Amino acid sequence: MGPVVRLSFANAGERRPSRDEAGALRAALARAARDLAALAAQTDEQAAEFLEFQLALIDDDAVIGPALGRVADGVAADLAWRHVMDELISDYGANPSEYVQARRLDVADLRDRVVGALQGQAAAAAPPPGAIVVADDLPPSRFLEIDWSAGGGVALSRGSAASHSAMLARARGVPMLVQLGALPQAGQALLDAEQGFVELDPSDAQLRAFALRRAAPAARNEERFDARRATYRGDAVRLMINIEGPESLSHPAAQFADGVGLMRTELLFEGRDQAPDEETQFAAYAAVLRWAGERPVTIRTLDAGGDKTIRGLSEPGELNPFLGLRGLRLSLRRPDVFTAQLRALARAAIIGNLKVMFPMVTAPHEFVAARTLFHRTVEALREAGTAARVPELGMMVEVPAAALTIADFPATFFSIGTNDLTQYVMACDRTNGAVSDLFDPMGAAVLELVRRVVDHGRASGKAVSLCGDVAGDPRHVLALLNCGLRELSMSPSSLAAAKGAILASSSETRLV
Amino acid sequence: MSAPPQKNFRPADMDRKAPNSAKPQTPSGPHSAEDKAGGSVKLVHAVGMHARPAVKLTKLAKRFRSKIAIRVVGAEDWIDAKSVAKVMAMRAPCDSTIEFVATGADARPAVEALQALIASDFSDSEG
Repeated sequence: MGPVVRLSFANAGERRPSRDEAGALRAALARAARDLAALAAQTDEQAAEFLEFQLALIDDDAVIGPALGRVADGVAADLAWRHVMDELISDYGANPSEYVQARRLDVADLRDRVVGALQGQAAAAAPPPGAIVVADDLPPSRFLEIDWSAGGGVALSRGSAASHSAMLARARGVPMLVQLGALPQAGQALLDAEQGFVELDPSDAQLRAFALRRAAPAARNEERFDARRATYRGDAVRLMINIEGPESLSHPAAQFADGVGLMRTELLFEGRDQAPDEETQFAAYAAVLRWAGERPVTIRTLDAGGDKTIRGLSEPGELNPFLGLRGLRLSLRRPDVFTAQLRALARAAIIGNLKVMFPMVTAPHEFVAARTLFHRTVEALREAGTAARVPELGMMVEVPAAALTIADFPATFFSIGTNDLTQYVMACDRTNGAVSDLFDPMGAAVLELVRRVVDHGRASGKAVSLCGDVAGDPRHVLALLNCGLRELSMSPSSLAAAKGAILASSSETRLV
Repeated sequence: MSAPPQKNFRPADMDRKAPNSAKPQTPSGPHSAEDKAGGSVKLVHAVGMHARPAVKLTKLAKRFRSKIAIRVVGAEDWIDAKSVAKVMAMRAPCDSTIEFVATGADARPAVEALQALIASDFSDSEG
């Protein structure tokens, strides 16, 4: 519980190149080095380790040389630096070692710190002790700049439980919640990491309940993980995880998942000047499939647009981006980018139990177009002598029109995305806190559509899963199972609690 | 101590470095020409080449003026031992053998120092 402090580390600002870009870059590097050295001097061993790595990177001629070289060729300092850092990130992403892959976060952190210095960003004022820090994401070096000795917590709209910041937060006992979506403005926040929610401007009753829970702490999620398989009314229930990329798999709960129900691919595309090439994508998909072994892995093709703008790809200046070119609509407009992704997926399909789904499908002809493109891509690969296959092709159900006419879609499986489905059914922008009281994924209107899709799945023998935030909410899991769902996909940090809720309910039924 | 074959000695980025680290224009005395030294040592660090060892190794390498290349025995490419970005990405599992080749006036002491660092399991006395 504490005052809310909102931090932003976005480097979206425009920067006008100076007359001496090489000098500007050197000065920004020097400032970043100074700040990092000051941080490293006052932190513990674990944190100092990667700060020193960042410091060494800033002093690495193999990094600075190419950046200055690009500047000498007339590229603006921030773009040159970003390019070199993004190349390194992509190299590390293709490395077979998970440890090296995870270093991408440190490189991205350093990239943004230097770009921030180039843009003349003043160092953010330190949040007061005990503050609840609200941000889109919190880079590790920024986490370390904050004084956590008086408590406080972190609530991130995005972020990942596998990030370095999350590791540091766990090690220090700082409660941190990730993937919360947009958080409205608030003065105070109650952050309950044990239960996994944040309450903005909480009522007295909520504060009392929180104090009671605190007095009798429940066992930690990881510790109470139950290795039994979840069943409900005699059916096996598959509990899958939503991941952002291979790095999400280092979450301790990930190993207990029955598979990957949703691998998002937006992270692969973010923070670069151009779309990641086929090899970069292939390496990421292959890493997840190898990790999964025989377990199924569902990868979603790029869902750019809406609130996920990707430079050079999503349509700028749309009046209603959530109703504009996003998801599959955008991919079909950009066959160059889409084909590279399909090629990487088709090659990865050889490795494991891959399924691929398309986001934001609205009309059957869109699905058919994507499927046709996939088949052609595989034919082209095979003609060139490359091993490839068409995996099982399914779709996200998040547009009401698709839910209402679900039988018209020739997909082989469906995954219901309740976050977007709710926003479209309730006409509530999910990033607008002012209408959050109407944003109810468990309301009758949304559940009516969920049931429709589940019933169609039963009747047609096609698999149906649900991958919205409610899938991992122990308060809602049973209601979803009552709708007939038997496959839920959630963030790894929700897995233990969701499974606990299902196991508890089935043992109660047995006792009756 | 087997010196690796010379034909493979093409460390990737050694030729396009920042100007300030270009090969120093040493006065060309009779003995300052290219000395060359090689050596290998087994990696004992339990976690392979992680951040702290990689930082220590590159820092130490940078104290020498020689060009120093490093690789895991059997790997195709030589890596610039002064680049933490590249050393970090080196596949160096525990128990693998690391080899060095240094070229320059202080090649021999450079290789010896790096060998000692790895042999001591990156102990702090070296760093």
